[in-house]
Amino acid sequence: MVEIFGVPLPALMGQLMLGLVNGSFYAMLSLGLAVIFGMLNIINFAHGALYMAGAFLAWFGLQYWNIGYWQSLLLVPLVVGAFGIVIERTMLQWLYKLDHLYGLLLTFGLALIIEGLFRDQFGVSGQPYAIPDELSGALNLGFMFLPKYRAWVIVASLTVCAATWFAIEKTRLGSYLRAATENPKLTQAFGINVPVMVMLTYGFGVALAALAGVLAAPALQVNPLMGSNLIISVFAVVVIGGMGSILGSILTGLGLGVIEGLTKVFYPEASATVVFIVMALVLMVRPAGLFGKEK
Amino acid sequence: MKKPTLITTALMAAFGLAAGGAQAQISDNVVKIGVLTDMSGAYSDLAGPGALEATKMAVEDFKAKEKPSFAIEIVSADHQNKGDIASNKAREWFDRDKVDVVSELVTTSTALAVMKVAKEKNKIALVSGAASTRITNEDCNDVTVHWTYDTYAVANGTAKAVVKQGGKSWFFLTADYAFGQSLEKDASDVVVANGGKVLGSVRHPFPGTDFSSYLLKAQASGAQVIGLANAGTDTTGSIKQAAEFGVTPKQSLAGLLMFITDIHSLGLKATQGMYLTEAFYWDANDETRAWSKRFMLRAKKMPTMVQAGQYSSVMHYLRAVKATGTDNTQKVMAWMKTTPINDFFAKKGTIRDDGRMVHDMYLMQVKKPDEQKYPWDYYNVRQTIPAAEAFQPLSASKCSLVTKH
Repeated sequence: MVEIFGVPLPALMGQLMLGLVNGSFYAMLSLGLAVIFGMLNIINFAHGALYMAGAFLAWFGLQYWNIGYWQSLLLVPLVVGAFGIVIERTMLQWLYKLDHLYGLLLTFGLALIIEGLFRDQFGVSGQPYAIPDELSGALNLGFMFLPKYRAWVIVASLTVCAATWFAIEKTRLGSYLRAATENPKLTQAFGINVPVMVMLTYGFGVALAALAGVLAAPALQVNPLMGSNLIISVFAVVVIGGMGSILGSILTGLGLGVIEGLTKVFYPEASATVVFIVMALVLMVRPAGLFGKEK
Repeated sequence: MKKPTLITTALMAAFGLAAGGAQAQISDNVVKIGVLTDMSGAYSDLAGPGALEATKMAVEDFKAKEKPSFAIEIVSADHQNKGDIASNKAREWFDRDKVDVVSELVTTSTALAVMKVAKEKNKIALVSGAASTRITNEDCNDVTVHWTYDTYAVANGTAKAVVKQGGKSWFFLTADYAFGQSLEKDASDVVVANGGKVLGSVRHPFPGTDFSSYLLKAQASGAQVIGLANAGTDTTGSIKQAAEFGVTPKQSLAGLLMFITDIHSLGLKATQGMYLTEAFYWDANDETRAWSKRFMLRAKKMPTMVQAGQYSSVMHYLRAVKATGTDNTQKVMAWMKTTPINDFFAKKGTIRDDGRMVHDMYLMQVKKPDEQKYPWDYYNVRQTIPAAEAFQPLSASKCSLVTKH
């Protein structure tokens, strides 16, 4: 059998595949953060909590209202996105002119409150969410059995990421958005309703987090801490990719998932730390991140 | 949905007032119990607010039954599973707030940190939730009692049973800190001693969310049994993902430290047939049922062994204070060590010189879904492991208090 540094090739391929699955989650979450930061200049610390809320809402749906996985995939992001819009209208919109720190503190506080409410009601052990019938079972890839659900996660997340990138970089709506970020006053002068666009952007970023939450629900245990366990790594991904860079966050998300996967093969003890080591290295060479623009 | 929140909030508020008032009147006639636990993290379901509730029950029951002449107060704090936070809080409690005893201490690293502070300040530490045998071995001291269970006791019960069922080759999935390593070591010893062999292990950071990579390694090892040397959300995550990746049922899982809250969270379908060892099961007899139903009314869930043990340890401590008429650490410890523990949690329990409270342990097997008759009906008790066999024998102890003699 072919071996690389003492690890059989099939095992290595398997771990790479799993890294890609985790990378998909990183990509979707960091994409939402990048969109929000890019357009609103808000460091959205509530992202992890809203991801968790998305997973819980899917669980509620199944448990109490007989709403299945596929409906949840559509409904949950809408509901959480609407909640995001409420947050933006009632709180965030007053902070755009202030230092980043204010937005960070506000959203951090929101994250603690949301998480605390769920923890109080449900405890931390988590709730089970079954994998939908269509996606249960596994695919034999030759080098590993990949559960169909994980394969679906990769496909779904890549599709969403690509569509978002396309919408922002290649469409007319996207060009308005980018213009509104560059120079909100001038854009408004052209008759474009900038506050509404900003509001919808926040709603969309939050909806992405909720969608990631629904995708994660069957793969992981639905648990009030699932967001805070992940969010710090996701922030590191955003910083490595370059704050606010759409393409950067997608590629870095996937890349870091894979690097983390490889670490789990060679030195599992460091797998929780490796993202931050990469972050430190990148910041030393490129302070604005891999895809970020120096200001 | 709204009611419990309101009640909890009111309780917390009332409790906060009580704790605040205590600081003003510092009197030698007050026994102050500190509950230092994980209030919000990975272990908050199995210890946390439930352990605080159990402490309150112990104090109320003690007051009602024994009519003590001294006042009793409870303070509590969240140690966030971090050793430094725990030892700072304990120091503050002992130095400033005149706390007499610090209790619960889930997560080995926090227990080890607080035990040292207690020794330095000559106060008592009652450990219920922490697991490592280091507490009564390398790191033992004469002011600490390890009450509910330890890694030896749970590994011993479960690993022995699984090896006897034919699970001879093992691979460990281990939480990478003092507790996980201790659990892995104790379980490995039992496996080898009973004629099995250990093929390898992988250590994951704590707390983890994705265990698939480690499970794949375990799968590749070809071991019959994958020993889960972790706890709480790490264990539930591992079990769920093992099913997803087809690791089970080809290979079987052994949860070396599992609590009833884990079973409750995963459901019987995912856990049926698993063996596990616990110090307490709410549905074991009339006495345990009576206490647990009272607990259920207050905490909205059945108690774990940690919470039941917490009640038992606080009660024994309070009885010691009343009997000796002092909160002097040495006198209270002497009484506690010479007086057997007989309550719903333990029968003829005794505290050894190394600080280990020894009592019977129970080997459980998780019921099949169709065997369940009512909520929380999860276990068949397969075997009672007598106190003498359940814990590490004193002859094997590395505790300086024991080896000195």
